Parts: sequence; structure tokens; C-alpha cells
Amino acid sequence: MGVQAYRAPRSIPEAVSLLSSEAGAFALGGGTDLLVQQRSGARQPGSFIDLKRIPGMLGIEQLPSLWRIGAATACGEVASHPGLRSELPGLVEAAGLIGSKQVQGRASLGGNLCNASPAADSVPALVANRAVLVVAGPEGERRIAAECLTLGPGRTVLGRGEFVCAIEIPRPAARQSDAYLRFIPRTEMDIAVVGAAASLRVDEGGRCIAARIALGAVAPTVLTSPEADAALTGSMLEPEAIAACVAIAQAACSPISDRRGTAEFRRHVAGVLLRRVILAASQRLAKEG
Amino acid sequence: MTHAPHIPVVGSRPQRPDGADKVTGRARYGADLSLPGMVWGAVLRSPHAHARILSIDTSAALALPGVLAVLTSADMAANFSADVAAGESHIDLQDMSRNVLAREKVLYHGHAVAAVAATSQRLAKEALKAIQVEYAPLPVVLDLDAAMHPDAPVLHPGMFTRGLPETPSVASNIASRLVMQKGNVDEGFAEAEVVMERTYTCASAHQGYIEPHACLASAGADGQIDLWCCTQGHFAVRSYTAALLGLDPASIRVTASEIGGGFGGKTTVYLEPLAVALSRKCGRPVKMQMSREEVFRATGPGSATRITVKVGARRDGTLIAMDALMEYEAGAFKGSPAGAGAMTIFTSYSAPHQRAVALDVVVNKPKVAAYRAPGAPQAAHATECLLNELAAELGIDPLDLRCRNAVTNGTPTVYGATLRNIGLQECLDAARVHPHWSAPLGPNQGRGLAVGFWFNHGAQSSASVHLVEGGKLLVQEGNPDIGGSRASMALMAADTLGIPYADVHPVVADTASVGYSDMTGGSRVTYATGYAVIEACRELVERLKSRAATVWGVEPSQVEWRDGVAIDGRDPSRSMSIAELAALSGRMDGPLSGQGSVNLKSAAPSFAVNIADVEVDPETGASRVLRFTAIQDAGRAIHPDFVEGQLQGGAVQGIGWALNEEYRFDANGVMENPGFLDYRMPVASDLPMIDTVIVEVPWPDHPFGVRGVGETPICAPIAAVASALNAAAGTTIREVPLSPPRVLAAIMAKD
Repeated sequence: MGVQAYRAPRSIPEAVSLLSSEAGAFALGGGTDLLVQQRSGARQPGSFIDLKRIPGMLGIEQLPSLWRIGAATACGEVASHPGLRSELPGLVEAAGLIGSKQVQGRASLGGNLCNASPAADSVPALVANRAVLVVAGPEGERRIAAECLTLGPGRTVLGRGEFVCAIEIPRPAARQSDAYLRFIPRTEMDIAVVGAAASLRVDEGGRCIAARIALGAVAPTVLTSPEADAALTGSMLEPEAIAACVAIAQAACSPISDRRGTAEFRRHVAGVLLRRVILAASQRLAKEG
Repeated sequence: MTHAPHIPVVGSRPQRPDGADKVTGRARYGADLSLPGMVWGAVLRSPHAHARILSIDTSAALALPGVLAVLTSADMAANFSADVAAGESHIDLQDMSRNVLAREKVLYHGHAVAAVAATSQRLAKEALKAIQVEYAPLPVVLDLDAAMHPDAPVLHPGMFTRGLPETPSVASNIASRLVMQKGNVDEGFAEAEVVMERTYTCASAHQGYIEPHACLASAGADGQIDLWCCTQGHFAVRSYTAALLGLDPASIRVTASEIGGGFGGKTTVYLEPLAVALSRKCGRPVKMQMSREEVFRATGPGSATRITVKVGARRDGTLIAMDALMEYEAGAFKGSPAGAGAMTIFTSYSAPHQRAVALDVVVNKPKVAAYRAPGAPQAAHATECLLNELAAELGIDPLDLRCRNAVTNGTPTVYGATLRNIGLQECLDAARVHPHWSAPLGPNQGRGLAVGFWFNHGAQSSASVHLVEGGKLLVQEGNPDIGGSRASMALMAADTLGIPYADVHPVVADTASVGYSDMTGGSRVTYATGYAVIEACRELVERLKSRAATVWGVEPSQVEWRDGVAIDGRDPSRSMSIAELAALSGRMDGPLSGQGSVNLKSAAPSFAVNIADVEVDPETGASRVLRFTAIQDAGRAIHPDFVEGQLQGGAVQGIGWALNEEYRFDANGVMENPGFLDYRMPVASDLPMIDTVIVEVPWPDHPFGVRGVGETPICAPIAAVASALNAAAGTTIREVPLSPPRVLAAIMAKD
């Protein structure tokens, strides 16, 4: 257990430089995963680089074509934002499920992404909504699709000195909505055994013209399936189309058995939840009229 | 002179004396005390579930700067003259010593092997890494079948099954076999028109107290020792620590901190002897506290069990014969509550032929500890679920089946006592008229009913009362307040003396400040310690009357004590208040106090009836308790809030055990879920408001009619919830917990 340093850079270049140069430097957002991992001995950071003082890391911005959420913005803020609540209700549901109310006061979407847990609640919702991550690093800024961030449990594509500074989510078109559900044995304070998100867009006649589903905790990284999406696209979201989408997605799952659930259980529940989120998103569209 | 009559306070709901401290954070728990010069202790734990210890080399750890002492089993007393008494249970000091620090073998993953004291927590942990232990791993035994297999690795080579007709010649993992019976079950089953036999299992569940074990020990150069710890029994801590370390109990002064839950799990010692021994070695106060992970890996849960029950009945539902084979995991050392399970399993029912065979089986898991009505919830799960299955088979209402067979006063039990003044029928009557019992159910919803029973305990307690200037009363008792007992003591003292509740100040005194008291357990404190407080108050009343008699020049027998006032029986206009009498102390015969010491050989048995409604999601196996009603005979509720709290708390623990709580071990015996994230106790949002009904059938042997209430609440909930869930899902799952994967698998198997 080394002695840790705590640093709070005020700019992106300063943060990149500290993350690049300090031995064992870890980017710190809300710390709801990192500090717990450090205390349990799972990770032994040499220093904490707190990103919250950097302009742009906190806050939610509505731009003409997208929402820009600072990567360290607390999930509680995301979950209570009126604009996000109306445009991205599924993402808001996911952000409002992480940990507990207290944890949501600290936990961030950036942290939820970079902790790279297959069970992260916000990730399927971000992926279903085609979120793009703005990554800062020694080579400057780059953008990567949310589903491309993680390589496996605890592993990301981020290089030394890189960190996610913002999440950009395209603003939904007319007649587009989303939903997120997760399965836990309790009602809160738990980690998803399965998570499912869907974003749907329909035409004026109710025909699905764009669909994207994403599943959590059923594979080493968030699971997407263009084939499953395609089963919905062009349909009237009738039960047969949903069943076809679910079957394709279930077949693509490669869950593990662990203390939170068996592979068999996860695969089954993934199908149930996926059907339910598709129905939930389509009901939202129906309400919109 | 006239005085306002005392309005009795027993049965009212005043604020608890320790309430403000607890809600403001001022209350001091086990880890809250520090002393000048204090250092930190830490425990090295076994990475193996079963291994021989070949050698322990502590030299490198001792050589580290800041490391002041290292402890191994070699520092513990080697021989124990006698076992110590421990309230309800029998303590084997050889086992207790080996559980506190492993000697020849480690017997579970997390078993304590050595301890260190260092100047910081970080250094203490570093020092643990420097201790070299050589192990020879042994095959692990992780469940009942593996333990009882003829070729099973034997945990204790010197352990031969007790209670067999012939003394065995081969060592076994079955520590004992106990048979409880009355009548003749074979004859009973021959008479029966319907016979059903089913096997039920329960996983190990932890008491789940929020406060991890913590203590602070300070040994003086003269051998005087102060020990501060969170415990359910500081006198027991004194006895155990003295015995394990070969010390004089009178040299150890133990103060019980406030306690953040115990539920039976804080009736033994883990850290306390280590902290004392380390402090004696290094001459500094030593503080130790467990992490949650250590609590899970190394402190006692309740037993995992397998219980096969057979009942024989007539078609009209009359039970004739009941038989059970009860197999209880004890963990690494003997001492599961199989016997208590056998004593409770059929006690609620009047079937004339009953037998329970109980096996106490050791496995390579943490040694079990008492958990609220130890052994009874698992037993009730088996019997009550089977009776619900029988009711369905016979087409009889489950409540009618209970009423037809409920025990009555005068029924002899399998354990010898004859039941008297019980309130079971009254609880069943309360269930029948409760709106819950007849409320409609929706789709995917089911209802379960179950009866619970626990003996309760009396035993030894002491209390002192002292009059303070102004007529206020100080009450010293020797039992940590785990469920609102200070309030109950104050209420009973107030009514015994006829003074206001607010004038009574109860304190939990340390072992050097009050007489011996058995631990807070067995639902005995309000009953037995309350009795001691009443006795002490009565003695004080006699002294008050005697003083008034002296003042008035009359005989004490001519003085009446009424409403907190001494009245001259010959001239009722003449009276003296308690404050006036207290003020005379310096001029008369000194301070006024009273002492009560009791050893209550009997206690009031207690019954409960629970009703649970559960809804199941048939697509995922997820379930939710929609409604829960706990009905229980409290004898007399001294402070109804705390009686209701006990009923609610027991229900919640039972719901957790029924639905999601379980120890999960990998093939090497390593617990996979040693934290509250994956050891899933219910959170507030998982639960409905637990409705309670207090039935009051007073117990005649207690001045206020008290019946212990703390343990019975956990007896019936597992069975009530399991029966409700099976009814909702259309399944017959006989394993607990009824976790979603298990429920879903049963639903899919049915389809």
C-alpha cells in the first residue's frame, strides 16, 4: 500500500500531463468505484487525478443536435435533468438506478463507462442512444463510440494519459424514444444481473424506421446486435418482430455463471427484459402520439 | 397533604433513554473509543479452508519498525480446567480457543492464525504479510453429505459421535446425535390415514448486524485489564477472555459499548482475547475492528440445514404422528443449534406421537453462532411448509388445520416441560379475524401462514438502584441494550416505585459496577433483568418506608408506599415524598439503594402466527412480499414500540433468509459473497410495512406478566414466505433461499 497523492488539475492539458507522467496515476471522478476498489485492495493507485475541477467535466449542455454531458457529472444530476428526462427517459432510468441515491450524488457516467464493468447500468442506455465519448489525451482529442470503449471487464481502449471528458448523445428525432430495465433480486443497492436498453424510432404510421438494442451483463462487454436491430426495423413492432429480435439477441449472449446469476438465467432474463424495454419504448412513442 | 396519583407507565410508548444519543451520533459503539498511546491490532487469516499448520514464523513481522507484538496460539492457555457456563449454551473452551486462534489446523477459510499489534492500521496489515505460515492443505468438507460420507476427511480426529447407543470406535464429523420423543411414532403412523414426508433445506444466513466486531483492550503493568467492546454479554466476555488467557476474571473489567445489532452473533468472543493478549504483550492499549469481509468469513452465521419431516394425520386433519431427521451444519466446531431445533420443531402441535432426531455436523466453514431463536426458523420452515402442503392435500384451510392441532395448556413437550399459560390459540384467533387473512389476492400472488415457537429464557441477572438527590432514580443493569431494554427497565422501575418515567435513569453498567448478569440473549432481558430491577426497587421501597417510619416514630409496617410517597398508615394526612426522604440521607442512615439478583429457572414460552402475501414475476422468478402480518403473544408489552420493533425486525430477517440471503462457497471453501452487495439482505424498498398484532396473555410468574419477545418473531417468516411464494408461482420449492434463478427454474420445470 503506497502513499497516495491527490491532485486536482484545472485544465485538460494539465490532467493529461499528470496522468501520463505520474506512476500509478488514476483518473478520479466520483470515486464510487475507485475508492472502494482501493480500500479493498483490488486497485492500488499511486495517485488520484481528480478531474472534477476541469471546466466542462461537470454539467449538462443542450446543443442543437446533441446533449453534451460532462463525464464527471453526477448521475443524480442526469437523472433529475428536465430536458434529459423528456428526451432520453431510458438513459435517465439507467442513471437513476446506479447504486443508491447517495451513490448517485457522486457517481458519474464517465466513471460508469471507464470502470468497464459488464454490468454497468448506464452503458446499455448510452449505447442504444449512440452516445459518442470525447476522449482527451497526449495526442489531442478523439471521439469513440460508447460501445467501443471497453475491451473486457476492467479493460478499456484508453491509452496512458487519456481520459473521457464528455459524452455526446444525439438528440432524439421526432417519434424516437428509449427505455432501460435491469434485473436485480432486490429493488435497489444492487448490481445488474442483466440490463437491457432499446432506442426506437417510428414513422408517422408507427412503422419502426430505426432501432438499436443493447444488453448489459450478458457478455464481457456491452452487447449490441445489428441483426437484432434489423429484426425490428421495418416492422410495426408486432409481437412476432419483437420475438425475432429477442431470439437473435439471446443467441448472441455469452453470459457467465457467477454469484449473481447463472448463464442460463441471464440468457433467459435478457430475453424477457429486452422484450419489455422494446414495449416500454414503443409505449412512450404511442403516448407521444 | 395529597399527592397526584401515579399514572402507570408500563404499556405506554415514551422516548427511549438512549434515543437522542443514537439519532444524533453521540452514542459510542465498539470502534468509537480511543486511548492515548493506543496501537492497532490485526488478524492474519487462513487462505485455506482445511490445512495442517506446519510452522509459523513471526520473526520478520516482529522485526518491522512499529510492530510491537505478535500473537499465535502458543500464547493462549493450553489447558482448561473446566468449561464455563454460558447461559443457554454449553461452551467448550478447547474449541473456543482454537476458533479464536487456530492451533494444529485451520478449519475454514478466514480462520484466525496470528495477530499483530502495530502503531498504525497500515503497519499492522503490512506486518501480517511478513508472517510466514507453512500449511499442508487437506481435502475440504463443505456440506452435510460430504461430511457424513463414510470416507469423509475428518476435521477433528478426536471427535466421536455422542449420543449413539454404542460408543463409536471411529472418529466422525457428526459431533452428536440427539433424539427427542414422546409417544411412539411407529404406532402413530400405523394409525394415520394420510402420511406425507418431505425434505426441506435452508442455506446458512448471517445475523447481518450493521456494526462489525470491535474492541479496545488496555492491560496495566499491575495486571488490571480494561476491555471495551460491542457484545451481547460483557460478563461472558470477561469469563471467556479470562479462561482463554489463563487470567483471573476479577482482574478484567469489561465495558459494553452501544451495540449495532447482534441477534445472537455477539454472544461469543473473536477479537477480545487477542486484543487483551496483545495489550499485555506490548503494554499499550490495543484496538481491533473487523472489516465486513472478516465478519462474513470468520464470524458465526446460522446453520445450513436439511430437515426431513414426516407427518401422519387423519383425513379430518387431526395430526397423529410427527417425525423428523434434522441435520445441521455446525461449521468448523461442534455446537450447531440442532438440539434447540429438535426441541421446537413440533412443540406447537398436539400430535401425541412425536420424534425428532438431530445431528450436529462439522464442515469446513466458519463456526456457526447463535442467530435469533437458534435452530428454530429452519425447523419451522420444514414443519410449517409441510403442514401447508398437507392442508392442500386434505382440502383443509391452513388456519383450521392449525386450530385443530394447536397445543393447549397442560400439554407435555418432548423436552420435558409441560406448557402452561400459552397464547397460541389467542394468536390463531387474532389471525382469523385480521383483515389480511381474508383479503383478496391478484394474479401471480399467493398467501402463506405459519406458526412460530420459542422457549425463551430466564437465568441470572443483577440490578442495582440508587436514589439521587432530588428523588431521581439511577438503575444499573448488566445487560447491553439491544432492543430497547433500558426503556423497559425504566418503565418497570417507574411503576414499581410510583415515580415518573422521566425520573428514572437506566445505565448499562460495566462488569465492575453491577452484579453478574447472563448475556443479552434468549429473549431474557426484559423478563429476568426486569425482574432484578423490580426486586431492587422493592428493596428500595422497604428502605424508604423504614426511613419514613423512623421520622414518624412508627413501625415500618405502619407505613404505606403509594404513588411514590410514604404515607403514615395511622394518619394518612401525613406523608413524605421520595425527594424528601432522599434529602434526609446525610442526617439519617445514608444513601438509599436497592439490589436485586435473580436466577429465574423458568420462562414464558411464546408463540407467533405470521401471514405473508408474495407476488411472483413468472417470467423472471423475481418475487416481492406485498403484505406481512406478524401476530405474537408478548405476555405483557412493557413498551409496545419495542415489541412491535422486534416483531418487524424478526419478520424482515426471516424474509431475507427466505428470499435471497445465503452463503455461497466455491469448491475450495472460499466464500464468494462476503459483503452486503452480494450477500443480499433486504433493503427498505424491498419490504412492505410489517403489520403487527400484539396478543397479551400475561405470564403469571412475572410481576408485570412479561414474556420474552425477541426471538419468536424470526421463527415463522421463512415458512410463511416460502408457502406464499410457492402458492403464487404454483411450485413446490423446498429449498431456501427462494432466489429468482431457483424460482424461475421451478416455474420452467413445471411448464
